[in-house]
Amino acid sequence: MNDKLYKAILFFAAMVMPIVCGGVVYALVTDAHSAFEHFGFFRFLTSSEWNYTEGAEQYGALPFITGTLMTTALALLFCIPFSMPVALFVGEYFKGTKIAAVLATVTDLLAGIPSIIYGLWGFYTLRPLIMALDISPQGSGVLTASLVLAIMIVPYAASLSAEFIKMVPNDLKEGAYSLGATRAEVIRKVVFPVAGSGIFSSYILAIGRALGETMTVTMLIGNTNNIPESITSTGNSMASIIANQFGEADDLRLSSLIAIGLVLFLITALINMVGKIMIKRARIA
Amino acid sequence: MTWALAAMLVSCGGSASKESGREPQELSGAGATFPLPFYNVVFEKFGQVKGDFVAYGGIGSGGGVRNLRDKIVDFAASDAFLSDKEMADIKNPVIHVPTCMGAVVLAYNLDGVEKLNLSGDVIADIFAGEIKMWNDARLVALNPNVTLPEEAIIPVFRSDGSGTTFVFTDYLTKVSPMWKEKYGTGKSVNFPVGQAAKGNPGVAGVIAQTKNAIGYVGSEYAFAQKIPYAQIANQRGELVKPTPASISIAASGEIPADTRCSITNSDAEGAYPISTFTWMIIYKEQCYSNRSKEQAIATLDLLKYILSDEAQAITSEVHYAPLPAKAKELSLKNLKTVTYEGVAIWQ
Repeated sequence: MNDKLYKAILFFAAMVMPIVCGGVVYALVTDAHSAFEHFGFFRFLTSSEWNYTEGAEQYGALPFITGTLMTTALALLFCIPFSMPVALFVGEYFKGTKIAAVLATVTDLLAGIPSIIYGLWGFYTLRPLIMALDISPQGSGVLTASLVLAIMIVPYAASLSAEFIKMVPNDLKEGAYSLGATRAEVIRKVVFPVAGSGIFSSYILAIGRALGETMTVTMLIGNTNNIPESITSTGNSMASIIANQFGEADDLRLSSLIAIGLVLFLITALINMVGKIMIKRARIA
Repeated sequence: MTWALAAMLVSCGGSASKESGREPQELSGAGATFPLPFYNVVFEKFGQVKGDFVAYGGIGSGGGVRNLRDKIVDFAASDAFLSDKEMADIKNPVIHVPTCMGAVVLAYNLDGVEKLNLSGDVIADIFAGEIKMWNDARLVALNPNVTLPEEAIIPVFRSDGSGTTFVFTDYLTKVSPMWKEKYGTGKSVNFPVGQAAKGNPGVAGVIAQTKNAIGYVGSEYAFAQKIPYAQIANQRGELVKPTPASISIAASGEIPADTRCSITNSDAEGAYPISTFTWMIIYKEQCYSNRSKEQAIATLDLLKYILSDEAQAITSEVHYAPLPAKAKELSLKNLKTVTYEGVAIWQ
């Protein structure tokens, strides 16, 4: 009897999550419907116009999709040189030592800092630096946002990569050493090929984090509704346009913002799914 | 159980007790962030006087109006009065009550420039990207005794929809035919150059942090944070600094009976040209969403208190300007038409 009750409770508790997820998708789709109907699905995705003028309202998601993809790609690029050494340090060179444990903990701590703190740091420290170095006159822009995003995703990429690097079997490495390989050669020829898909998946998950980051990006990207011309120009990401304009939007604009939310949801879900599949493969191998 | 159901089914609940000795009520409102510092003080004082508690959400003018339309608040607050079309969208008649006056100021960040003069058409051209440099001939002509740097101007505007943007672009539309044709008036406008930040504090923060920036912010944010702001040439060609006095003068002209009017680009002597009322908006028929009559009375008490000399005296303390007598008079008259179940609340 007890067992049955326990099972029933578990079942219902477990069912809540899929129901919530389904509800979110349902709400997004119904509310986004009028924007897609008005502009057409593909035109909405490919139009770069975002015009509020009453009567001539025109909303297209391209500038924000571009902004999101640019900040995410740059953040990934900037994050690799920092996360990879940390992963190798913790997972291979100083595996199991105290200093590795300290470094791993500190890196993980970075993940716990609220994004508004990163935003403030970017706004008051990094942005003046960008202006002082004459990289861009207004300081805000895709580059500034990407640099801070990169620091934010380092812990996600580093700690997961380190786990996969640790998992490389010792026999393989010892085999290589016995053949006279140097440490660098072992890493290049043994560790990377074996842990490769695991490392790849950890970066995919880091991308998932960068895609949806809102507060930091809103504070640093400059919030202009145009396709960024270069990495120093201002722009807007999908998350930041929603955060900026949701408060005052209604009717068609509200629906368009929700449609952008739906697209962001789909992109993030897709990327996370790819990451999960890669991890599964890495474990089996 | 049946009682609760019955209370939910009828549109108005609660028993109508005598107007004197009513129970303390909880009122809720939402809307503009522009008058928020003023409202915070006034609501607290009102609570001390009447014992009512007012919860206010600074969610933006448009959000407040939407909440009123959804009938989930007792009042909305907005920096832009409702257009005829918006009034029609709401369906039930509403009443606008101006609560105080404020201005939109042009704040800037220029090394060594303590006084900056601007005119309407120059502001329009700066925000349209036609005047690009601080040492542009037209800016130099307005500021003969100032050395302006040979640097690019960085305009800063609002990234969120905003009553402040509405007032600012309403002014630009009046003074610049180019602005009117290309960009127009609205809570969100497609500014072609510069960068944007969220909220008045956001814009003020970006200007304070960015050399050669200029942007528009609610006067109280510039006054309180002591960011330098420009003198602006009004319709008479006088260079006016925004002060509580020069803002109040802007409302000295005709005010329509429902108080819905724009007072930007005022032709009064000594008027600051980008001045505005900010309003609270309530339903004329106070019986909706299960509200009690006491709640309706409390709502009117709040508005009456805001229009009182005691509350208006607070305006300049918190960097706003008091309402002119005419606006108070009209509002009290309008409030007399407010009803509960069709019966005027103030007999």
